[in-house]
Amino acid sequence: MKTFDISSREHYRNKVFPSPFHAHQAALNENREWSRWYDYLSVPAYGCETLEYFAGRNTCGVFDLTPMVKHRIAGPDALPFLDRLVTRDVTKLAPGRVGYSAWCDDAGRVIDDGTIFHLREGEYRLCSQEHQIDWLSINARGFDVEISEVTHDIAALALQGPTSAAVLRRMGCSAVDALKPFGLAHMDFGGTELAISRTGYTGDLGYELWIDPDRAGTLWDRLFEAGELHGIRPMGSLALETLRIEAGFILAGRDFAPALQTVRQHNTRSPFELGLGWLVDFRKPLFNGRRALLEESRKGSRWALARLDIEDNKPAEHAYVYDTRQRKIGWVTSATWSPSAKKNVALATVRAPHGKPGEKMRVEIYYQRELAWHRKMAQAVVVEGPFWDPPRRRQTPPADF
Amino acid sequence: MTEHAPRSAIVIGAGHNGLACAAYLAKAGLSVTVLEASDRVGGAAVTREFTPGYRVSAGAHLLHALDEGVRRDLALERYGLRMAAEDLYTIALDPGGQWLSIADGALGGPGALDADRVSMAKHHRQMSRFARILDGIGDRRPPRLGTQNWRDLLALGRLGLDIRRLGTEDMREFLRIAGINIFDVLEERFESALLKAALAIDGTLGAMLGPRSNNSVFIALHRCNQGRDWALPSGGMGTVSVALDGAARAAGARIRTKTRVAAIRMDFDRACGVTLEDGETLDADVIVSNADPKTTFERLLGARHLEAGFANRIHHLRTRGCVAKLHLALDGPPRFTGLDADQRGQRLLIAPDPETVEHAFNHAKYGEHSERPVMEISVPSVFDDTLAPPGHHVLSANVQWAPYDLKGGWSEAAKQGFTERCLDSLEACAPGLREQVLANELLTPVDLENEFGMSGGHWHHVELALDSFFMLRPVPGAARYSTPVPGLYLCGAGSHPGGGVSGRPGRNAARAVLADRGRQ
Repeated sequence: MKTFDISSREHYRNKVFPSPFHAHQAALNENREWSRWYDYLSVPAYGCETLEYFAGRNTCGVFDLTPMVKHRIAGPDALPFLDRLVTRDVTKLAPGRVGYSAWCDDAGRVIDDGTIFHLREGEYRLCSQEHQIDWLSINARGFDVEISEVTHDIAALALQGPTSAAVLRRMGCSAVDALKPFGLAHMDFGGTELAISRTGYTGDLGYELWIDPDRAGTLWDRLFEAGELHGIRPMGSLALETLRIEAGFILAGRDFAPALQTVRQHNTRSPFELGLGWLVDFRKPLFNGRRALLEESRKGSRWALARLDIEDNKPAEHAYVYDTRQRKIGWVTSATWSPSAKKNVALATVRAPHGKPGEKMRVEIYYQRELAWHRKMAQAVVVEGPFWDPPRRRQTPPADF
Repeated sequence: MTEHAPRSAIVIGAGHNGLACAAYLAKAGLSVTVLEASDRVGGAAVTREFTPGYRVSAGAHLLHALDEGVRRDLALERYGLRMAAEDLYTIALDPGGQWLSIADGALGGPGALDADRVSMAKHHRQMSRFARILDGIGDRRPPRLGTQNWRDLLALGRLGLDIRRLGTEDMREFLRIAGINIFDVLEERFESALLKAALAIDGTLGAMLGPRSNNSVFIALHRCNQGRDWALPSGGMGTVSVALDGAARAAGARIRTKTRVAAIRMDFDRACGVTLEDGETLDADVIVSNADPKTTFERLLGARHLEAGFANRIHHLRTRGCVAKLHLALDGPPRFTGLDADQRGQRLLIAPDPETVEHAFNHAKYGEHSERPVMEISVPSVFDDTLAPPGHHVLSANVQWAPYDLKGGWSEAAKQGFTERCLDSLEACAPGLREQVLANELLTPVDLENEFGMSGGHWHHVELALDSFFMLRPVPGAARYSTPVPGLYLCGAGSHPGGGVSGRPGRNAARAVLADRGRQ
């Protein structure tokens, strides 16, 4: 059920709303703990976050994605509008496909990253971490394009983990077999359109489901019915955080400071500095930040993103990073023990040209044992790519676990 | 992408800056084509007939800013530039005949108060010193901020040094008043309401602000820095443009009138030419736009060819014009109370006291025209017999405030109503003037926009203020005449150092094009 109505005169009295899945979440939320994710209540952990994490890797976990900021972009100029907005070439994004991209300000500093869904010819959905409607409106000038934020008009669930395809098959979604990573399909769901995209934030086999908020509860019920024998389990944001770090994904506000909310420009990052250089397409004559990024690609970046494999098992949260000569070169932005890779992993921002794969570094870890503080200078090595990258993530048709 | 130095240039618009720019580029050996939409050159620096037999400077009407370097470099005298009168001074009119004159800091006339004479001399000396700082940077390409480039740092250092060299007392005063409002400064310094009103006009003319608004001291300084003395070109302001046109043609530039540019064309990420209204396309290595920044970027180029942040800054430029131009054909000399024949030809101001100037502006804030407009008047025919039949005269006045976006629009009735308000003010200072009027023309900012193509009918193309000056003019990213679009330059009043018939933005832009050679 739709719970957020911005058109209501009284909407401002309430800052945080229950998600359309709230009743179902509340019934399963053993911890009775809630956190805030922008306009909605979110669940950090329903019960044991470790079990929820393992659902995401061994069976499947369900995460309420409704609070994620969503925009509808349509109209004759939707494509040129998006192509100027983001760094990658959107003209190559066919209908029924989803593309990940970053977008920058004029100075080439990353404002946010997110996914572009080419829903149908000329109609797109842009999902982002931060609210973007003001920046999109500024960008719309000179284009014949309709832009609206539709966060509250669409309920969304992430279904992530190896048995997710099997659950959807059982639910009657035959499109799953043909759906490649970053593919998008639609199916009838009792008279409503259910959109299914093979996307996610866990680096594993997984899907995201998009539906009218009024049918949200039914979707949840059907999903858990179908998943009963496939180990389906609700998943909170703490488990998701571990999953995304294992996958090597960055998070706005955690691994980089979004440019529009950052006062000091030296604290912002370019796509190159976040390991997103592959998203920057200079073959396009224009996109926001192109001139600055071209200059940066010539002169070199000031920062680099490093994926660190750290010795021992103490998560390196908030740790300084040193080179082998004990000079401070950066800090850790996200860290976790990776149960699947069985490694102590972290994402770090370091001064370029540090951060090349294979480079050895040292990480200053502070940790507590029974309230007593300890410090450890741990060895670390920069690795390339995700920490966890199972073949099932790309396999099509997906295996029936 | 062009790797070689530019060999050809298209200048969009044959305003005086476009012509100056074309002349400099052609002299440097570029193949230059100037494209002008109207049937004559000059833009708002133009002389034209407004009623049969009576000609007037339809835009700018007093010459005070023409850059000496431009005048010399382009040998404008050789192409017909002459002055009908020079060293004009200012007279503040008074219905009771108690007028006062201001000439180089010296007060004269029956309205001058002894109490003000010493203050005026000091004020004049100080404002002239401050203005020299602005004058000094007026012929420089503004530096970039935040670079380590030694030229940029040197330019900023020079500005700092210029201010420091004022000495402790004047530097302190400069820093104190440069950003504030002229009303307060005048209240501190003078007694005479008429004098304060006259000086308040200098702080507001051509700007959407009143004497109590900040930036009004800055406007006064800008006027003062351009102001050497006031002069009347023989044959009106068009003579300046005709001379620039002659200089540009002699240097080899081709100038095509009645040729309206519809769009600037892009080749990948670079401006490569223009499309004309009739569909013809022209190519050039460099496109220099004399059109205002909004027209250039939003209409001719299109916001979609710009990065969004820059496009947003352009969109929010303040271009709300607020000065109307009144032209009267008179069957005899206007008889301003107390003035002799020679004095009639000086720069005349109508504003009784600074509060009235402020009240006149209040209307404009809310989309109304002033009920008691303030005026800057010139009767050029006093010194120039080419403008009106023998014995007859033309009167030209800048009248403010007449906001571009008048509530209800500038209908014929609204124009007539405002003309009546102006005639009331004139009649009070020159009894019988109404009877002398054979014909009149009022150009509102909307008319100025239509006739001269400048957004909002704004004199300066973009409001002249501290937040849009020097390395901020018109916006960061385009303040060095070059723009974020490779191959596209600006050369109009929207660029440093702003409006006024100076030729400086045009000359500076040409220098920028030439300086960027080999760095394309």
